[in-house]
Amino acid sequence: MADTGLVETLLRRVEKVDGGLDSQDVATSLGVDHQAIVGAVKSLLALGDVISADQRSSKHWELTGEGCEIAEQGSHEARVVSSIPEEGMPQSQLMVEHLEDLVRDKLLLVQKGQASQLEEKEKNELKKRKLLSEVTVKSYWITKGSCFSTTITKQETELTPEMIASGSWKEKKFKPYNFEALGVAPDCGHLHPLMKVRTQFRQIFLEMGFTEMPTNNFIESSFWNFDSLFQPQQHPARDQHDTFFLSDPAQAHEFPQDYLERVRKVHSEGGFGSQGYKYDWKIEEAQKNILRTHTTAVSARMLYKLAQQEKFTPVKYFSIDRVFRNETLDATHLAEFHQIEGVVADYGLTLGDLMGILHQFFNKLGITKLRFKPAYNPYTEPSMEVFSYHEGLKKWVEVGNSGMFRPEMLLPMGLPEGVTVIAWGLSLERPTMIKYGINNIRELVGHKVNLQMVYDSPVCRLDS
Amino acid sequence: MPTVSVKRDLLFHALGRTYTDEEFDELCFEFGLELDEITSEKDIISREQGDTKAEGASDVILYKIDVPANRYDLLCLEGLVRGLQVFKQKMEAPRYRRVSPASSEPQRLVITEETTAVRPHAVAAVLRNITFTQERYDSFIELQEKLHQNVCRKRTLVAIGTHDLDTISGPFTYTAKPPGDIRFKPLNQAKEYTAQELMSLYKTDSHLRHYLHIIEDEAVYPVIYDSNGIVLSMPPIINGDHSKISLNTKNVFIECTATDLTKAKIVLDMMVTMFCEYCEEPFTVEEAEVVYPDGRTCQYPELAYRKETLSADFINRKVGISESTEHIAQLLTKMCLRSEVMSDGEQIEVEIPPTRSDVIHACDIMEDAAMAYGFNNIPRTTPRTYTIANQLPLNKLSELLRQDLAAAGFTEALTFALCSQEDIADKLLKNISETRACRISNPKTAEFQVARTTLLSGLLKTVAANRKMPLPLRLFEISDVVLKDESKDVGARNNRRLCAVYYNKSPGFEVIHGLMDRVMQLLEIKPGQGNGYHIQAADDSTFFPGRCAEIFACGKSIGRLGVLHPDVINRFELTMPCSALDIDIEHFL
Repeated sequence: MADTGLVETLLRRVEKVDGGLDSQDVATSLGVDHQAIVGAVKSLLALGDVISADQRSSKHWELTGEGCEIAEQGSHEARVVSSIPEEGMPQSQLMVEHLEDLVRDKLLLVQKGQASQLEEKEKNELKKRKLLSEVTVKSYWITKGSCFSTTITKQETELTPEMIASGSWKEKKFKPYNFEALGVAPDCGHLHPLMKVRTQFRQIFLEMGFTEMPTNNFIESSFWNFDSLFQPQQHPARDQHDTFFLSDPAQAHEFPQDYLERVRKVHSEGGFGSQGYKYDWKIEEAQKNILRTHTTAVSARMLYKLAQQEKFTPVKYFSIDRVFRNETLDATHLAEFHQIEGVVADYGLTLGDLMGILHQFFNKLGITKLRFKPAYNPYTEPSMEVFSYHEGLKKWVEVGNSGMFRPEMLLPMGLPEGVTVIAWGLSLERPTMIKYGINNIRELVGHKVNLQMVYDSPVCRLDS
Repeated sequence: MPTVSVKRDLLFHALGRTYTDEEFDELCFEFGLELDEITSEKDIISREQGDTKAEGASDVILYKIDVPANRYDLLCLEGLVRGLQVFKQKMEAPRYRRVSPASSEPQRLVITEETTAVRPHAVAAVLRNITFTQERYDSFIELQEKLHQNVCRKRTLVAIGTHDLDTISGPFTYTAKPPGDIRFKPLNQAKEYTAQELMSLYKTDSHLRHYLHIIEDEAVYPVIYDSNGIVLSMPPIINGDHSKISLNTKNVFIECTATDLTKAKIVLDMMVTMFCEYCEEPFTVEEAEVVYPDGRTCQYPELAYRKETLSADFINRKVGISESTEHIAQLLTKMCLRSEVMSDGEQIEVEIPPTRSDVIHACDIMEDAAMAYGFNNIPRTTPRTYTIANQLPLNKLSELLRQDLAAAGFTEALTFALCSQEDIADKLLKNISETRACRISNPKTAEFQVARTTLLSGLLKTVAANRKMPLPLRLFEISDVVLKDESKDVGARNNRRLCAVYYNKSPGFEVIHGLMDRVMQLLEIKPGQGNGYHIQAADDSTFFPGRCAEIFACGKSIGRLGVLHPDVINRFELTMPCSALDIDIEHFL
């Protein structure tokens, strides 16, 4: 806070003039440092509309150190002349009839504030001799504000319990807040954006009446991951290049024997209305443990379990969990990702039902325009790729896969003939990357995550 | 999904009309194909090797089309055109016929006993009086390559050899011999090599080296000779130079050797059905006789037409449409499945041609009807399946705890379930044998050696990757680790854990302890012995001596907390003290 005496003096000066005052002039006339006046102006400005002040700048000429010396004692030449002793007068001195110290005169003019009497050329010459310098002065043009008053009250910064108790807040003026500044960040934890999206997908499935499947088994046998899904043993997905196999525990050792026999038969000989693949099905391949390549392995276990019920009951299942692929990694592919899967089993479900339910599901994600492309998948027939129209890219982009499970998968499990099972799947990472504008998957998933991104990520509303 | 590259103008010429790129893309979409890319040889070379290399290359427009993995009949221009023309009802699906040679005995391929150990099956056929042009020839070679990569599973299941029949004379012998005893001039080489020499010659061949492993370690290698001892091929590696086909070849002998007979028959059917349209008598294939070691003989190609009967009602019910039997029969015919309405007016007899090996069940026929109807024309309906949703209790608990841990000031991390052995053992000052870790047999890098047995290493790696962030760092994760467990069918199980770390200039044991107290409060467990929770000093090599405690809840040990050992801090490339909490939340279900 500026010196109150000075503030009051300034206010009285402003009161007396009709137009306004220059802070520089006030400083000169009061004989105080200009910075003190600037301080007084700023503290008055902080009080609201007591005064208004416009910043302006002016240029003027000032003597340099050497210039001051000359103004005081005369130019170097004049000083030489005046220092000649009276006894002698060498020849050179005769040249000087009357000594006029023009340099000093000019500098004195400047010192008196009458620099305007000098010509530009003269000033520049003195500047070159480093006797003068041109300085820019910033000052305020001070005028009365809308709430002008010569008496000022001290402003309070914050409301206190005492003010509330005594009611003194009613008389006090409060310093205005700076609403341009940011607030203080709350000291809190944050949820991971991918998990926020997972929560929303979970919510959507629950809203649609789907029950969550137990997918907490990353290690799966090839039997449940492939064979039970009617995926032949020579299928490229079962290659070392695509799937992580386990060396310990290398093999699964327990299967429902009669079901396993039906699976062997439908692969190698056909049956249930199928030609089969007609190859030599080997139990050794089915026993191999792997890191599951899809959560559909769990769907197979669940459907088998359902088939063992005394009486079939319709079900709607979902899961969102990790799956693993021994793939080449890049900006959008990792060796592990989350698969979202939905499954409905009931009598008489149609392909139209599958498209209808997909429509409802994607509607909840804010995706309304869908179309379906025929595709191939070893365990679904028909198989459909789901495309949605991307307004930004102005084209159709693939958003998921879907289909009806093949009878060769369902009938060996023991499900009744008329039961149809429809299913669809998509990855959790892709919609999350789109939602949060992330281009490199490593910034989202894994230890290389950018925690600042986690701290800053907004809430997840998939439909907006 | 295989990609087939065809010249656009050639394709349009064969289709009898031109399309805009958008129109053709739309047609592909309907038919279950995908127009993946529009390019030219010049574009491809300049993208892969730079503009200078591309100079002078052809700028004929190429369409790259993605074909479903089970549609081997669409892997070449000939097949694509036939499929699309029948679909657009511009032509009827051709009928492929196996014929006997006009004036002589059929070609014979005799399989000897020796092949049993290495590659026991072989089939063969003849394309008689065929006319190649440069385009047809290129397509013929390209189809072999596509089949090799797909249905043949990189030649492991089936290998195709094609030969100029006029340069060789039957009967042919398919046998297997020690590599040192096989000697011939292979395709496009100037001199003869033994099989052994060939294997080392092709070690550096960018294309062939991928197939060497199929027979490399066998005692005998498969080989086909003609009656004069000329080598036709040494499957699945290379053909002989002597019998190679050219633009002028009139008669082609095709042999397929295999470890899977079903696939061999499919591959042979594909080769002949796709190219017999260029024979003097189109769509006929001359049979060849295969003689088995036991004296049995078989005629190939099979070119089998199979009949299936199904009802219109079945298709209507599965698809969710109500079309007349006649219309459904028409739809199926459009998909190269010639169909007729039977006398009862309800059943449809469907004929599956040899080109459609993908049709193995009535559901495959149903899909074709749905495709021909147009997936996007099917009314979208809501199933009436009424069910009540249930959350998995373990996931429900995890979700609730996550929310409250974030509210307690900790930030959620999401780390990998796979990691290196070092991460879960050495770096945590533990011996790998005490971790019960499941081990991966084929990791491409050390990052995927084991499934994690703790969440701690992932959290510490997350801290290390975020050292520039302001302190303190408070992180948590609730997720699964994997442990070996003999009682499970696969010998392993997941275990849901809650792990948290506090990383700051001071260890902050009291912070992590406070978090543990909060978790117990959330789980409605009070401090105390018996049914409550308490902690007691424990020894754990991961933690600083005297700064680790074991957590007991309801009488059971559920995890640990403490200040990490300075060596652990160092091994994770960290510099500040750190305290950690690790508990098994499955006890609280």
